[in-house]
Amino acid sequence: MGQGSASAPIAADFTGAGGPAEPPGRTSGLVQLITPSGERVSHPEFDPWLQDITDDHLCSLFEDMTVIRRIDVEATALQRQGELALWPPLLGQEAAQIGSGRALREDDFVFSSYRENGVAYCRGVDLTDIVRVWRGNASSGWDPYSINMATPQIIIGAQTLHATGYAMGIQNDGADSAAVTYFGDGATSEGDLNEAMVFAASFQVPVVFFCTNNHWAISEPVRLQSHIQLADRATGFGIPSLRVDGNDVLAVMAATRVALDRARRGGGPTFIEAVSYRMGPHTTADDPTRYRDANELEDWAAKDPVSRVAALLDRKGLLTAELQQQVRDKADAVAREMRRGCTTMPDPQPLDVFKHVYSTPNSWLDRQQDHYARYLASFGDPAEAVSEEGAR
Amino acid sequence: MTQMTFARAINTGLRKSLENDPKVVLLGEDIGALGGVFRVTDGLQKDFGKHRVVDTPLAESAIVGTAVGLAYRGYRPVVEIQFDGFIYPAFDQIVSQVAKLHYRTRGAVKMPITIRIPFGGGIGSPEHHSESPEAYFTHTSGLRVVTVSNPQDAHTVIQQAISCDDPVLYFEPKRRYHDKGEVDESVDPRTAAPMDQARVVTDGTHVTLVAYGPLVKTARDAAIAAADEGISIEVIDLRSLSPVDYRTVVASVRKTGRLVVTHEAGQSGGLGAEVAASITERCFYYLEAAPVRVTGFDIPYPYSKLEMHHLPGLDRILDGVDRALGRPNSLSGLEG
Ligand SMILES: Cc1ncc(C[n+]2csc(CCOP(=O)(O)OP(=O)(O)O)c2C)c(N)n1
Repeated sequence: MGQGSASAPIAADFTGAGGPAEPPGRTSGLVQLITPSGERVSHPEFDPWLQDITDDHLCSLFEDMTVIRRIDVEATALQRQGELALWPPLLGQEAAQIGSGRALREDDFVFSSYRENGVAYCRGVDLTDIVRVWRGNASSGWDPYSINMATPQIIIGAQTLHATGYAMGIQNDGADSAAVTYFGDGATSEGDLNEAMVFAASFQVPVVFFCTNNHWAISEPVRLQSHIQLADRATGFGIPSLRVDGNDVLAVMAATRVALDRARRGGGPTFIEAVSYRMGPHTTADDPTRYRDANELEDWAAKDPVSRVAALLDRKGLLTAELQQQVRDKADAVAREMRRGCTTMPDPQPLDVFKHVYSTPNSWLDRQQDHYARYLASFGDPAEAVSEEGAR
Repeated sequence: MTQMTFARAINTGLRKSLENDPKVVLLGEDIGALGGVFRVTDGLQKDFGKHRVVDTPLAESAIVGTAVGLAYRGYRPVVEIQFDGFIYPAFDQIVSQVAKLHYRTRGAVKMPITIRIPFGGGIGSPEHHSESPEAYFTHTSGLRVVTVSNPQDAHTVIQQAISCDDPVLYFEPKRRYHDKGEVDESVDPRTAAPMDQARVVTDGTHVTLVAYGPLVKTARDAAIAAADEGISIEVIDLRSLSPVDYRTVVASVRKTGRLVVTHEAGQSGGLGAEVAASITERCFYYLEAAPVRVTGFDIPYPYSKLEMHHLPGLDRILDGVDRALGRPNSLSGLEG
């Protein structure tokens, strides 16, 4: 699957894992399999779901997380350099995205928010497509069917209904794939998500609700959205939930496998709350110093998901200079390719604005297009026709 | 008189309303500590407290729906919707509840709710951040829809909207937030021109150019450019989109005999169509040419690299003026 191909074979292996017959439901507390200092702790309910994870797998998860962190830094730099209009960083959420993204099967279908670029990476997205939208060159970066991932959603929560509907389709078709939807803690307040949970539970459809609780919805702390743990909300809809350490890639992977397994076997929806932290700003246009305490950031930096896997590898004697170099090289190469794709992207043509509004001809729009083409032609130099405009 | 930005002008207007009436409460996402994503509510929570300036959970239908309940209880809620494209989750509450409660209760219940919506394009935003949804609301009876085009109006009209007993949708042209202008804070909103009165921006004799919100500045610039060619444009800032102050527009068209209407929203079913039809009904024998609309296209708001094509700019407006005047233009020679 395109770009992520270096790691794709591993992803394919991962999804083969069959856990115990009865997937766990809500476990008390936070499921954690790797401590912040990199110690692997055993967990009777979740370890069986990770039996196939070899040292090589761990190294590749470390690589994936490093790569998407690098993509994120590069995109932020591109924004600062004026190449992108905006960028929503995922810094700090690498484990949540890679752990879940690598648990998916190719025929699962993802409905995400704007922040899940790491998941898109796992789906094998062409890296140029990741930045296309943020550069302002297109409304969507990729063909959803090419990587089985819908165009990222900006309207908070809307995608959760789409995933639920898609899962209704899977159920009707008698297929054994799943729909997975990603959203933030803020999204849990929206009507759409609550209605999605009603439908998902009523029809017992194969959908996984993956909530990345990164503690902030722009300036609003998660406690403003909910007085109980987000995972507990799902229970009220009759949806089993899991609350996992979102900075622990193995915990996230195990939880996602549990949920996918339940979905595939007709067990209905599962809600996963991955408890993580948004280390950067909401977007490059945001100023978190206005609402966030620097100490909080420090606390979370100590729980960093990438250094945590590195520490685990180190304990196992796997974090060799060679591995580190190899991972750095891969990350650099991916970032370079994304930068090149971004900066060499051709500008769209003026009349492209009329494309794809309808799938069949529309006489009103054809007329507008014809008139606008004449308007542009009435300028000797068409560029002159829109000089600085509509900014004026 | 003070020089201030558009955003600041609204901020000081909100501040005055909060000071003058304890029943005024502000509700919205990120409006507290952050001061709103555009900083329009900057500092207000600090000064008026969390019960008057309420950071709400992320739920637009709930924001407007609870404003309805607050209004039942005698409050005057001022709601901020973060961006135009996020008004739709609240659409049902606005058109089914806010707009109709006064009518349904035969006047017993008042809905003095102000809904602030940063709208329009031109700032290079991603999708859902540049829409012009005003026509959905001008089509709904029971709502007042206003928009402002300069800091002074922004300052005064927000206060008028808040003290109005009807629900008001207050559209803020976000690409003008940082524009500066003189604001006389001593203007009394009760004696200032009412918010539903249009304003003649520039006097002219050859053609009437109707604009509102972000395009008023563009229209004014077009009038200045046209003057160099000896064309005299009368620019009218509608200010109120529902109801429209047709008296002002009619008086102008009777004088000029020609009408151009411009807006960022798509053409079909847009406010320009309504103005053109109403003026044709009222001024048919005064018109020397068919009214002309210069608008956004009937397309979803395009990605930012192409938004300058969608948005009516100065040259497209002048081309429309040429059409109204029968001067050579991009459509010369075309029929129908
Ligand atoms: C319906 C809607 N309302 C408001 C917004 C503006 N907005 C964009 S992101 C955001 C915060 C979302 O927070 P959360 O759901 O926690 O996700 P996160 O960004 O933290 O990943 C808001 C309010 C929006 N995009 N859509």
